[in-house]
Amino acid sequence: MSAPIGERPLEHRFGPYGGQFVPETLMPALAELEQAWRAARDDPAYLAELDGLLRDFGGRPTPLYRARRLSERAGRPIYLKREDLNHTGSHKLNNALGQVLLAKRMGKDRIIAETGAGQHGVATATVCALLGMRCMIYMGSEDTRRQRPNVQRMELLGAEVQPVEAGARTLKEATSAAIRDWVTNVGDTHYVIGSVVGPAPYPALVRDLQRIIGDEARAQMLEREGRLPTRVVACVGGGSNAMGTFAAFIADEQVELIGVEAAGEGIDTPRHGAPLTVGSRPGILHGSRSAVMQDEEGQIVQAHSISAGLDYPGAGPQHAHLRDTGRARYVAVSDREALAAFREVARLEGIIPALETAHALAWTLAQEQGDLDLVCLSGRGDKDLAEVLGAGEQA
Amino acid sequence: MSTLQATGVERLAEAFASTGKRAALMPYLMAGFPTLECSLRIGEACIEAGADVIELGVPYSDPLADGPVIHAAGTVALAAGANVAGVLEVARALASRIPVVLMCYANMVFAPGVDAFVERLARTGACGLIVPDLPEGEGPEVRAACERTGLALVALVAPTTTPERMAAIGERAQGFLYTVSVVGTTGERRTLDESFADVVAKAKACTRVPVALGFGIATPEQAAQAADAGADGVIVGTRLVRAAGEAEDPAAAVGALVSELAAGLARAS
Repeated sequence: MSAPIGERPLEHRFGPYGGQFVPETLMPALAELEQAWRAARDDPAYLAELDGLLRDFGGRPTPLYRARRLSERAGRPIYLKREDLNHTGSHKLNNALGQVLLAKRMGKDRIIAETGAGQHGVATATVCALLGMRCMIYMGSEDTRRQRPNVQRMELLGAEVQPVEAGARTLKEATSAAIRDWVTNVGDTHYVIGSVVGPAPYPALVRDLQRIIGDEARAQMLEREGRLPTRVVACVGGGSNAMGTFAAFIADEQVELIGVEAAGEGIDTPRHGAPLTVGSRPGILHGSRSAVMQDEEGQIVQAHSISAGLDYPGAGPQHAHLRDTGRARYVAVSDREALAAFREVARLEGIIPALETAHALAWTLAQEQGDLDLVCLSGRGDKDLAEVLGAGEQA
Repeated sequence: MSTLQATGVERLAEAFASTGKRAALMPYLMAGFPTLECSLRIGEACIEAGADVIELGVPYSDPLADGPVIHAAGTVALAAGANVAGVLEVARALASRIPVVLMCYANMVFAPGVDAFVERLARTGACGLIVPDLPEGEGPEVRAACERTGLALVALVAPTTTPERMAAIGERAQGFLYTVSVVGTTGERRTLDESFADVVAKAKACTRVPVALGFGIATPEQAAQAADAGADGVIVGTRLVRAAGEAEDPAAAVGALVSELAAGLARAS
C-alpha cells in the first residue's frame, strides 16, 4: 500500500471525453503540472514524504469495517471503507496532501481551491497550514451558508474563504471563480482542484492520488474475506472518491462498479445532479468534455442536491467513459432517500455519514440482491447536521 | 456561399489594410446586453464612431476567460432572454456594414454540432469566430468547419505562451492573431503590463496575419501605446461594456468612447 508509483498512464482523454478546454494563458501551466507530476510520482523522496504524511498526519491506512447491523439488515456482508476516519473527516485529504506537496516542489507558494461541501476546502487549508503555504478557498455563498462550520474551520486554519456570488452560488460557480484566479495568478499559484474533473492532467492526477482508497480496500478485503467484493459502490459528484475506489478494481472484470449520483428532487425534474445517470448529450465544463447538464444551446444549467458536494452539473470524464463502455453503472438517489439513509446509518451503526456518502449507502441498502458489497464511506456527516435537522423540521 | 463573394478571411484582411488609422479599432460588445435591440444600437454607434471590426460576445453561463464586468453583462443578457438566434440576428444586422467576429465559448459551439453552428454563423455574413477556451491542439473540427465556410478561426496567444506554441499558433493563425496583453481575465487596468510591447513583438514575429492586442485596454492613451508597440489592431471590451451598463443612453455613451479611442489612434498629420 503506497502512493501511486511507476509507469501508469497520464491520460488526456478517456474515449471521447476529457481534453483541455481552457484559455491559452493556462496551457503552459497545465504542461508544467503534467511534467512535475510525471517526475514526482517516480521520485522516491516525494513518495516517501507523501506516504509518511498520509500515515502519520492523515491516519492511513483507514480501516475496512464490516458493518455489523447494516450487514444484518441487508442479509449480506456490507463493508465500509472508512475514509471518514481520515484527518479532516473525508477522502479529500489524500488529494490535497499530494497536490500541495507537488506545488511546493514546483516552487509555487500560493494555493487556491474550490469547495462545495467544504471538505476539500478544509483538507486543502489543513495541508497549507502544515506546509506553510498561502491559501485561498472559493466557495459559493449558498454553500458558505449551508456549511458554516467548515467555513469557520478553514478560517481557523489560516485560509481566506472567498464567497462567490455568481449564478446559483454553489460548487460550479466556485470552480469557475478558482479557474479565473488561476488565469490571473498562474505564475506563483497552484490550483488544487478537488475532484477528477477539469482540464488534463487533473482527472488522471486526482485519480492517481485517490487510488490509495481502492488499493487499500482491495488488499484489506482479500485479507478479510479471501476474495474480492462482488460490488463496489461510491457516491459521485465530480467523482473523486468513486474513481479512487474504482481504479483499483477496473481490471477485476467480475466486480460490479456502481456510482451513485444525486437525484435531488427526481431525475424526471430539472432539479437533480445526475448527468451520468440521465445520459444526455456530452458537454464542456471547467476545461473538459464529459457528462454535463446543459440546455439545448449549451448554457450550463444549475444542478440541485441537498448535499453540497453532489450539487454539480458535471462529472469526471473517466466516469463518462466507464459508463459508455459499460464497465461502471451510474444510478441516482433522491434527497429524501439520502436523508433517510443518513438517519438510519447513524442509528444502526453509530456512524454519521456525510450527506454525499448517504447517497451511496441509500442505494446499497435498497438492493435486495447482492453478495459482498464494498461501500466507500467517503466522509463524516458532522458538517451536515444543521442542514439535515433543518430539512427534518420542514418535512 | 458564392465563390464571387469575399470570404470572411478576405474581408478581415481588407479591414486591417484600410483603417486609415495607426491600428484597427475593434470594439467588443456583449450581444443582448442590456437587451438585444439595445446591443444592436450600440454596435451601430460603434460603426459610426469609427470602428473597423466588431467583436460580438455571446452571453454564456460560465465564461472562464472573462472578468466580473463582462461576466455580469452576460448574466444580464441571458436573464433578459438573449439566445443564439437573437445574437445571430444582431450579427447579421451589423455584418452588412462592418466585419463581425463572434466570440463564443466552446460548449455553445459544440452543443448543436460544430458544423451546424459554424454554418449558421457563416450565413449571417460574419467574418470569423473566436473561441476563448479552445486552445491550439483542441477541437480540430472547429478549424475544419471554419475553413470550409471561409470564416477566420481567430487564435489567441498570451504572455505565458511558450515560444514553441507561439510558433505553431502563429503559423496557423487566420484573420488576425488575438494577443492577450496581460496574464489574467478580461478587464480594465490602470496601466498596461510592462511586458505587453514584448508580447506584441513576439506575436508579430511568429505570424503573417495582423496582430490585435486585447484584455485590459480601456483608454485612448493605452490604445495609442498599443499602436506604438506595433499592434495592428486594438480590442477594447470591458470599458465599453461598463459604459453600456452605467449610461442612460448606452449607444451614445459607447459611441462617444469609441470616438475618443479612434482619435487616439489617428495618424499624426
